[in-house]
Amino acid sequence: MDWEVILSDALRSGIGPIAAVYALAAIGLNLHFGYTGLLNFGQIGFMLVGAYGVAASVSTFGLSLWVGVLIGLGSSVILALLLGLPTLRLRAEYLAIATIAAGEILRLFYRSSWAEPVTGGVFGLQQFADEFFDINPIPRDQYGFWLVNYSSRDLWVLLVAWGLVALFAGVMALMVHSPWGRVIRSIREDEDAVRSLGKSVYAYKMQSLVFGGAIGSLAGMMLAIQNQSVNPDTYNPVETFFLYTLLVLGGAGRMLGPVIGSILFWAILSFFDSALRQAISAGYISSDVLSAAEIGAARFALVGLGLMLLMIFRPQGIFGSRREMLLDVR
Amino acid sequence: MSDNPISTALAKVEREPGVRKPDPLLVVDGVTRTFGGLTAVHVDTLEVQRGTITALIGPNGAGKTTLFNVISGFDRADTGHWTFDGQELTGRAAHRVARRGLVRTFQLTKTLSKLTVLENMKLAARHQRGERMGLSMLWPVWRGQERGIVRRADELLERFRLSHMRDEYAGTLSGGQRKLLEMARALMVEPTMIMLDEPMAGVNPALTQSLLEHITALRDEGMTVCFVEHDMDVVMGISDWVVCMAEGSIVAEGPPQSVAKNPAVIDAYLGRQHDEPENEG
Repeated sequence: MDWEVILSDALRSGIGPIAAVYALAAIGLNLHFGYTGLLNFGQIGFMLVGAYGVAASVSTFGLSLWVGVLIGLGSSVILALLLGLPTLRLRAEYLAIATIAAGEILRLFYRSSWAEPVTGGVFGLQQFADEFFDINPIPRDQYGFWLVNYSSRDLWVLLVAWGLVALFAGVMALMVHSPWGRVIRSIREDEDAVRSLGKSVYAYKMQSLVFGGAIGSLAGMMLAIQNQSVNPDTYNPVETFFLYTLLVLGGAGRMLGPVIGSILFWAILSFFDSALRQAISAGYISSDVLSAAEIGAARFALVGLGLMLLMIFRPQGIFGSRREMLLDVR
Repeated sequence: MSDNPISTALAKVEREPGVRKPDPLLVVDGVTRTFGGLTAVHVDTLEVQRGTITALIGPNGAGKTTLFNVISGFDRADTGHWTFDGQELTGRAAHRVARRGLVRTFQLTKTLSKLTVLENMKLAARHQRGERMGLSMLWPVWRGQERGIVRRADELLERFRLSHMRDEYAGTLSGGQRKLLEMARALMVEPTMIMLDEPMAGVNPALTQSLLEHITALRDEGMTVCFVEHDMDVVMGISDWVVCMAEGSIVAEGPPQSVAKNPAVIDAYLGRQHDEPENEG
């Protein structure tokens, strides 16, 4: 077993573009779930409308990529309003049901043959992000350290993706610690108390849903741009639960929770993947027990086990405050 | 009590249910609220005199809290309307009622336990520009205002003897301290009238006394206080006017001493003796 390969694989995933995309989407989800207490089970739907906003604008309608970004953001705002208007006055469960359904409906709708002229249906859309790579200022070369190597193209994606993560983590830190954030955090605890003090809870929840959803759509755009391709089946409802997983791992309602959570989630996933592969090829694990084809499933089982242990020994997540959590028990 | 101006103002008022007051702040007319077949509230007229402590008493299930909920926008009325300070309040959402200056507290305290005591207080302040999403990131815009809010919060915390808990999570407060915090927090909204839902429930006798003193002090500063209580003894000492509800309706009104002797009130609390002929009582 080559530990250097295993660890470098884990590192590459942990700081990779996918980790950045998930961190960004989870920052939005953290605003919903961690701070406002909104149960949004359809963050993937926001990512999908963002990604297709960019892809369809460029590929289907021949618009500029930057116009596509605005269209993607606009779509996410519309989606948030559609989801929020009927449900945010009701109990938390209604938003949960609406969002989980919306995520799946959107995927099926975008892949339907009816929508194919615009969305490309099951085939998706490709090669729409050239404008993004054209403005890459990094000279053509290989960059890297240790066993982790990037082309200038990869590095450009990484810089922008992590740049967005840093930007929105910063914005979120400022907002959450402002009087606006104080109202948001209070709504998470007791809506009626906030209402009785003269704040329009509905308006605040809507703002949170729209803003967090827009951040999710940016994450979707970044995912689409770095792949130069969109396909409806990338945006499975299960992805939302990966976002929840990494959010809980990092600590929901914490500034760095989604960022560190995403890095760790993808690093650990990749670590198990690589380690199991190496162990099988080195003969430590008999192929009767686990074949190479089953690794994909087995690593998720191991992550699940890890998460269970986390819940038992550190239920507040890595960055969570135990003192704060224990207040619930009283 | 006859020498204070409030009692004189109310002295000439008839002692009958639904009586009109000389200077009413809150006027409730024909409010009903039914849950299925059960009529929880059926109030023809209720007026709360400005600047008084009005107690709303009655046995459990009399509809006191439901009436509170309806007026404060936390529940819908089936019929009726009500005005506050001359403005129509019927069917207003809870946050609009609070902004008009009518702030309530809850029977089961709703302190926000994961916020500090000070944050609880700051939350209630009005007109903080930083509460707008667009301005929230621009801390220079709201920082100065925030300082004023903290100053006011500290004064109130001092007054309610919570200063030592200022930076603790509100979740660590005792039950009685939570009642105090909720009352102090309601005052941060700068209301003209405060409605307290069983402020004395589950509070030890020593703190009850202190709560009563706070309520009296508020009235002396010119605030109108209306509170729900089912324990008659608590009410007698501090109220200027007592309204008794039973089975959803108002059965008696008057100064505390007269209400205590009112047969309708005694019936409501102890139950009517049906085997007794009416004229013997």
